[in-house]
Amino acid sequence: MNFETVAARPVAAELHLPPVAPKMSIRNLDFFYGRFQGLKGINLDVAERRVTAFIGPSGCGKSTLLRTLNRMYSLYPGQRAVGEIMLDGENILAPGVDINMLRAKVGMVFQKPTPFPMSIYDNIAFGVGLYERMSPRQMDERVEWALTKAAMWNEAKDKLKQSGMALSGGQQQRLCIARAVAVKPEVLLLDEPTSALDPISTAKIEELITELKEDYTIAIVTHNMQQAARVSDFTGYMYLGELIEFGATDDLFLKPKRKETEDYITGRFG
Amino acid sequence: MSNSTVLSPSLMVAPSAASIRRKPEPPTRPKGAAPWQDVLFERTTMAFALVVLCTLAGILAALAWASVPAFEKFGWSFFYTNVWNPVTMDFGALAPIYGTLVTSLIALAIGVPVSFGIALFLTEMCPVVLKRPLGTAVELLAAVPSIIYGMWGLFVFAPIFGDYVQPALTKVFGDLWILGPLFRGAPNGIGVLSAGVILSIMVIPFVASVMRDVFEVVPPVLKESAYGIGATTWEVVWNIVLPYTRVGVIGGIMLGLGRALGETMAVTFIIGNAYKISASLFEPGNSIASALANEFNEAADPVHRASLIALGLVLFLLTFVVLACSRMLLAQLAKGEGRKT
Repeated sequence: MNFETVAARPVAAELHLPPVAPKMSIRNLDFFYGRFQGLKGINLDVAERRVTAFIGPSGCGKSTLLRTLNRMYSLYPGQRAVGEIMLDGENILAPGVDINMLRAKVGMVFQKPTPFPMSIYDNIAFGVGLYERMSPRQMDERVEWALTKAAMWNEAKDKLKQSGMALSGGQQQRLCIARAVAVKPEVLLLDEPTSALDPISTAKIEELITELKEDYTIAIVTHNMQQAARVSDFTGYMYLGELIEFGATDDLFLKPKRKETEDYITGRFG
Repeated sequence: MSNSTVLSPSLMVAPSAASIRRKPEPPTRPKGAAPWQDVLFERTTMAFALVVLCTLAGILAALAWASVPAFEKFGWSFFYTNVWNPVTMDFGALAPIYGTLVTSLIALAIGVPVSFGIALFLTEMCPVVLKRPLGTAVELLAAVPSIIYGMWGLFVFAPIFGDYVQPALTKVFGDLWILGPLFRGAPNGIGVLSAGVILSIMVIPFVASVMRDVFEVVPPVLKESAYGIGATTWEVVWNIVLPYTRVGVIGGIMLGLGRALGETMAVTFIIGNAYKISASLFEPGNSIASALANEFNEAADPVHRASLIALGLVLFLLTFVVLACSRMLLAQLAKGEGRKT
């Protein structure tokens, strides 16, 4: 991970760009599900080693936006993105991009915990083994490292050989985060990672997000505005496929510039 | 003090009495849902289920009973003697057992990888326009009657197979150390290998459509999370989809194996019907089902007839063993995945 080599871009004031080096810059992004346009002219920067949150009512395109960042959409025929998404100066929407390599660099965690049908250990080792050759001892270390990162090691160390499906929902989700972290991605995309979890597991995962941003660039989609306010540094409010407002989280929640944003965060709408 | 002790019970009684009066009647049973109906329903369904068990036991008993004369004469040697001579009344089941197992094995060896490929393509990579036509075509393959496969195999497939494929196989594999003897011999188009190939075509629609159906129920988000850490389509299918669906996949393979073991008409046409075991797969052989179909008419002698029924019993047991093995395989695989508790 060479975060340091990323060149800082000039900051454009009219785009409300954060005053930190952007890890990913999205320019004029349109997204189509067949004929339906899911995203309209999105422009924003995802700041390096910060948490960027996307909020908005259901169907506003926040998950769609997240799914363009690792091109998950290209698994499905009929879905396409137009525009530019630069990751470390390379347009990931360009043809000929190694999509598997991209997804190894831009990891993703989903709303529902999705442990693979294998042991806890293998759940983590599987992804690591795809891109790195290492000795069993190194792999043991990596698994421990990833589980520790995801605050799971103490709970899981005695049952590494057990099926990942036997864990509780909150543990499964942290296992999924550990799995995503284990391949050492540069960006971590979290798609409503706590919406299926109880408050205690949610608190643990929010704590985890705050710790992970030391090393990773994180983009999170959430339905929970308090969560966005708690964990994120930057927040974007989306509505009907458009990015209505984007800025530092404190600014957006305390003194939103747009009326629509204010209506949404004060609960008058949505 | 005394006042309150007198008052309090009366205060307590009064509201409770009122509430009893206001309490709605206990729910009465709606018309027509008498408790005996549940019992009747349970008994009826149980009877249906027991019919299956009785049929199975009945068939097994009938087969065993009818094959007694054969076992009386030949004893255990019936299972491992390679002889079938209606003239000298000497019967042993080894050749048909061998033929049945080898043709089924060839059918699976060819059919399963092809079916896996078909299912994989249809669920993961197929353009939407092709999905329906291709899927329907695979299912239609299952609708072709087995006699058609037999005729097609004998008149169309066997000559081409003998003229072009068998010589090529000899050329490629004939000189190899272990595989060599399997692919040597007269390329006359009919024989164990041809029967296996025809069987594989018959097995493919079953296995492929079961595999496709179980692959389709894998939650997309599970696949996405594997793609999400950079796995390729192959890695996702091999490491995630296949383990997730293994019960269904093995079930599909067993369904195909069941068809291959019991297939009669198509095999009779093309296997050659010779009671012998040869090293070469090009040589004719015989399978249990094919032997039964061919000889029942001419089996006048009780021992001959009993021997044929005993063959049927062997086929029955063979399928049973295969099913049991698949169960054990599944249990073993579940262990490999890690304990669930």
